[in-house]
Amino acid sequence: MDFLRPASWEEALAAKAAHPTAVPIAGGTDVMVEINFDHRRPDHLLDLNRIGELTEWEVGRENVRLGACVPYSRIMEHLRAELPGLALASHTVASPQIRNRGSVGGNLGTASPAGDAHPALLAAGAEVEAESVRGTRMIPIDAFYTGVKRNALEPDELIRAVHIKKADGPQQFSKVGTRNAMVIAVCAFGLALHPGTRTVRTGIGSAAPTPVRAKEAEEFLNAALEEGGFWDSRAIITPSVAKQFAALAAGACNPIDDVRGTASYRRHAVGIMARRTLGWTWESYRGNGRSTEGAA
Amino acid sequence: MRVNFTVNGRRYEADDVWEGESLLYVLRERMGLPGSKNACEQGECGSCTVRLDGVPVCSCLVAAGQVEGREVVTVEGLADFAAHRAEQHPGSGCAPGACGTALDQARRWQADPAGEEARETGELSPIQQAFIDAGAVQCGFCTPGLLVAADELLERNPEPSDADIREALSGNLCRCTGYEKILDAVRLAAARAEETV
Ligand SMILES: Cc1cc2nc3c(=O)[nH]c(=O)nc-3n(C[C@H](O)[C@H](O)[C@H](O)COP(=O)(O)OP(=O)(O)OC[C@H]3O[C@@H](n4cnc5c(N)ncnc54)[C@H](O)[C@@H]3O)c2cc1C
Ligand code: FES
Ligand code: FES
Repeated sequence: MDFLRPASWEEALAAKAAHPTAVPIAGGTDVMVEINFDHRRPDHLLDLNRIGELTEWEVGRENVRLGACVPYSRIMEHLRAELPGLALASHTVASPQIRNRGSVGGNLGTASPAGDAHPALLAAGAEVEAESVRGTRMIPIDAFYTGVKRNALEPDELIRAVHIKKADGPQQFSKVGTRNAMVIAVCAFGLALHPGTRTVRTGIGSAAPTPVRAKEAEEFLNAALEEGGFWDSRAIITPSVAKQFAALAAGACNPIDDVRGTASYRRHAVGIMARRTLGWTWESYRGNGRSTEGAA
Repeated sequence: MRVNFTVNGRRYEADDVWEGESLLYVLRERMGLPGSKNACEQGECGSCTVRLDGVPVCSCLVAAGQVEGREVVTVEGLADFAAHRAEQHPGSGCAPGACGTALDQARRWQADPAGEEARETGELSPIQQAFIDAGAVQCGFCTPGLLVAADELLERNPEPSDADIREALSGNLCRCTGYEKILDAVRLAAARAEETV
């Protein structure tokens, strides 16, 4: 095994081009587990820790450009206002020690259906900035997850940053697990209100082979909110609408039975979380607080 | 591969490190610093917690090559680290790379066998003393990681609420399940620090 320690982003891209099978290592919280347990023996490890700009972020007018290696603890601390959904999701990841190292770039690299950043990114709206010596491309988050632990990166590409839409309304993240800390999601749900475009976006974790949006549920709700004039009246959402939204969200799942939960439990729980996160965000849109308080 | 880094204020060069090796392994097996415990090697238990440039991390999940040129504090250096902080940076910690642990002490300090100086002088950091006084140590396997995590909490937040303590220690498992005493110890260390101010 070789340990590549590029000191700059250009060197990292060159190293990845020269060794397309090299495994990037950021926080190491996924990679090192695999190496410690001999599940993976890459011929090259490509360390990203020395590249300072990967741990920086820029807050633009519409987006936050989040460096691939920014650890979760910094997102919780510094980006709660701009990225409330992702900050809430970050807070549910593992433990302080893991959050001090683990990154959204690593979560995307692993692309586990259970990764907690994914529902938040799907709900907020995001693009992955992938770069190689050949150039840069922006991958819409909806097109990024291609299969169980598979993503749209080419072998010579690295994630430079994630461009995430700044919140223009309340966002929520909810996760089902057996305890509050150190728990892989049985399933998770992210929801963002976008009053600017009068749309609602969602993200479901751990209830399908990849993280997915509940598109039908979104379309139904967007139409119902528009027709009922809810965005202007800020009235309480009709229970039947919320119920139908929840049912459609549950229907967007394609879960499996595993040690953490059964498929039918997951479908049920996603419906409940959809209804709750809609309730919480809508209450806060109506002006009743609770925009960044989460629940696990 | 060769890795150069600072451990408990002392520059160290590790040779023939395997590229997939963890910082934890280097500390325990190559540097004779077995204070950081190896219990799960998958980030679940926190018994391997060390400070990396001031930040608490699971050393089992840091690749050795990633610590090149960086500063590590382990439980063996905690007493010196806390003493230096109390003298030089009351109410805060050292900026990473600024001074490491107490340099004079560190220069005199021999890493092998581990914790010699602390044992010679018998001086413990306030959090270590509090763990003993509160009876927070049973088998002791989780203790080093808890000490490092709890010390960092009190550095950041000298008057933590119970919720703060639980949150800060949520990545540290105690198999003997002595959590109440552990909470007591952190409360005790915080109370004592307040008294001395
Ligand atoms: C005890 C424990 C608990 C955990 N709990 C959770 C949890 O609750 N929720 C959750 O979502 N995750 C959890 N994880 C998984 C892990 O912490 C996350 O997936 C984290 O986001 C990984 O980030 P990292 O920087 O550590 O990635 P690494 O381990 O460094 O890398 C992960 C993958 O991404 C690739 N990669 C990293 N950076 C880049 C880049 N810039 N470009 C291209 N590829 C890249 C790597 O090659 C690797 O394949 C847990 C892990 C542990 C050990
Ligand atoms: S040994 Fe590192 S967390 Fe358990
Ligand atoms: S005292 Fe035994 S594991 Fe905590």
